Amino acid sequence: MAIWMRKALISTAVRSLRTAFASHRNPVFISRSFGSSQQLEPFSTDDDYDDHDHESLDFPGGPVSYSCEMRFLPGSSEKRVQCYRVLDDNGYPLSSTQFQHVNKEVAVKMYSGMVTLEAMDTVIYEAQRQGRISFYMTSYGEEAINLGSAAALSSHDIVLPQYREPGVMLWRGFELQDFVNQFFGNKNDIGKGRQMPTHYGSNKHNVITVSAPLATQLPQAVGAAYSLKMDKKDACVVTYFGDGCSSEGDFHASLNFAAVMEVPIVYICRNNGWAISTPVTEQFRSDGIVVKGQAYGIPSIRVDGNDALAVYNAVAAAREMAITEQRPVLIEALTYRVGHHSTSDDSTKYRPVDEIEHWKTSRNPVSVFRKWVQRRGWWSDEQESEFRANIRKQVIHAVQVAEKTEKAPIGYMFSDVYEKLPSNLMEQEKLLRETIKRYPQDFPKDVALGI
Amino acid sequence: MAIGVASFNLLQPVIGNYFCLIDENMWGIIRQNVGVTGGLSSQGLGNHMMRLRPVASAMRNYSSATKEMTVRDALNSALDEEMAADPNVFVMGEEVGEYQGAYKITKGLLDKYGPERVVDTPITEAGFAGIGVGAAYHGLRPVIEFMTFNFSMQAIDHVINSAAKSNYMSAGQINVPIVFRGPNGPAAGVGAQHSQCYGAWYGSVPGLKVLVPYSSEDARGLLKAAIRDPDPVVFLENELLYGESFPVSAESLDSSFCLPIGKAKIEREGKDITITAFSKMVGYALKAAEILEKDGINAEVINLRSIRPLDRATINASVRKTNRLVTVEEGFPQHGIGAEICASVVEDSFGYLDAPVERIAGADVPTPYAANLERMAFPQIEDIVRAAKRACYRSVPMSATA
Repeated sequence: MAIWMRKALISTAVRSLRTAFASHRNPVFISRSFGSSQQLEPFSTDDDYDDHDHESLDFPGGPVSYSCEMRFLPGSSEKRVQCYRVLDDNGYPLSSTQFQHVNKEVAVKMYSGMVTLEAMDTVIYEAQRQGRISFYMTSYGEEAINLGSAAALSSHDIVLPQYREPGVMLWRGFELQDFVNQFFGNKNDIGKGRQMPTHYGSNKHNVITVSAPLATQLPQAVGAAYSLKMDKKDACVVTYFGDGCSSEGDFHASLNFAAVMEVPIVYICRNNGWAISTPVTEQFRSDGIVVKGQAYGIPSIRVDGNDALAVYNAVAAAREMAITEQRPVLIEALTYRVGHHSTSDDSTKYRPVDEIEHWKTSRNPVSVFRKWVQRRGWWSDEQESEFRANIRKQVIHAVQVAEKTEKAPIGYMFSDVYEKLPSNLMEQEKLLRETIKRYPQDFPKDVALGI
Repeated sequence: MAIGVASFNLLQPVIGNYFCLIDENMWGIIRQNVGVTGGLSSQGLGNHMMRLRPVASAMRNYSSATKEMTVRDALNSALDEEMAADPNVFVMGEEVGEYQGAYKITKGLLDKYGPERVVDTPITEAGFAGIGVGAAYHGLRPVIEFMTFNFSMQAIDHVINSAAKSNYMSAGQINVPIVFRGPNGPAAGVGAQHSQCYGAWYGSVPGLKVLVPYSSEDARGLLKAAIRDPDPVVFLENELLYGESFPVSAESLDSSFCLPIGKAKIEREGKDITITAFSKMVGYALKAAEILEKDGINAEVINLRSIRPLDRATINASVRKTNRLVTVEEGFPQHGIGAEICASVVEDSFGYLDAPVERIAGADVPTPYAANLERMAFPQIEDIVRAAKRACYRSVPMSATA
């Protein structure tokens, strides 16, 4: 074949490949509901590359155009990726933002959920301090992420939490008493006394039980999303994780797989600035997690995690995209971990007290949202004090009930190891009961045997 | 005998008097922290001070010259001394530096040795275990801390496929003088993913050494030995022992003190029955031995100190003397340490056994969280007593095998 013909054929092929791969030079996040003021900048401008040669070569993955300039991509851009926001610090909607309104029912449920979460945290943290339970983790400062995201999901969406998202369970109808029973490990605990406090889960509410080792939920979430995709369900998987978690190997495996397998999953990163005592500056050197999503080919957005409406809107849009386009989406919600890592931590040891105060007061997600809800006429100061007093009483009552309830029965020790109770465990259980009967003095009386 | 709940008040003012050989500077820091945190200390993840399972503290005779030291301070002083003696030794892990260690084992080390030798890592066990192994390949002596050995599973390929096997695979060209340390086994009320004992898993791997200290002297001597050892060592500590005080001899406080790896210690001599145990269970076995004494059974308690290499000689010599054996461990029963000890005794001392070997282990279930269930999932002193009596009289029906 003559050379000129071959060249023509090649360039035709290249052109058609170019159009086929056009969507790969994709902007970071596209959705009709966002105004241009919130449009994200791509990591590096493509224009400069186009200016150079029009020659390009087919490399695996798509055509790449050449450059005569040897230019290294900077490790990070001068400006950090912008953060989507709806309400300002005083709860006023920013004039140029486009957002979806929530109706009164949703707004009030969101707000009361945030206050309930705060109340539960306060009472249970105290209970731990008094020695009534062994351990607890608060979610102070992250109420907007908890409830804002939960409100934007459907009950069919499968949630794989990390551990600081009890608000999602609250939204879905997990009762206060159920939470507290779990903390006490009593016989009414839906978790059968198996898990530490805040390691809850409920199939009924489509929330997978919390797993302690960090980031294990991330590849698992992709697997669950894959099964949704195979079943063509109108639902997605939503998985939560913190800034520290993004250092784990499983995070990278998960994002990569989600992109390659094209599964309907929404990643929600709670970047709260701290992983126990490790600040984000020592956790990674990238511009947070949003750029990591992009690095794996996942459309990603950064939002103000203390703005419940921003979180709501972003999650709603992400969910829509994940399901209709069957692809992963990543949301990085910037916030601050106001409380300690857990009851085993004292964060004043490694961070300034006025930093904590600042976020507790002037950037408080609950009070920002309250201002907005009240201005809409859907809440009042009266309702506020009544609700707060009431919910606190409810939590305290739940604690009192849970404390008096008998502990988990012996049978719970042996069941669920396997689907069917194996013979050796049946034997062990029988022997244990006999032993307790025969030597009651060897077993403490104050801890209920729950037979 | 009532078993009281051991006090975990780490802030006894009396601590300050005992450690003349420890650097003054470090003590200043410890004292400062003592003042700040108050009665309900929140030191690391291990704070379960209020609702505790009984921990046995065998009664000891205190001579006026005997010094006492907590296991925590023993480990801390051992690390400090080894880091001072060898500039290649460095510590790496989550929260080991600024936070002074999740369980405060590395307290004061960052201030003393700086961030290049006390390295706080991002959260990735696989990452920092791999980095540690690589550093060891090139002549450094890392001490890698896992916040709990349960999390070591996220890095276990590096421990086993790299650290354990490299010397062999490279025909001796690459040795890995690394120490992996951290709390192992159950604590109190931490559930299935925080309570597993990894002694049996790591103990089965050729190329690794696996140590299990009990007392403060064990902790000091074995950690120093581990750091100096040219082979990779898995050092399994116990969270609930960190706060426990033990008498320490003057010899053990010396900075050159070292215990031999692979030698068990006879904690209590006896002639009627041998009880082997390691880590926290040594304390339980000693308590059980006291109870048995009242019933005329004179028990010999062996503190294994080392799972790999296992001191078969000491164990067998003891069984040949007593003719009866009870093994105690907190880990799962199947393929456990007791199984290996039993096999060793049957192979070497079968003719000397007057009764079948009794194995006491944790229940064959993932650890439940509820306090009552958790208590039944792990050996208690009474279980050891009953098993010993069975081995002596066989008046109690034999326990079910796993």
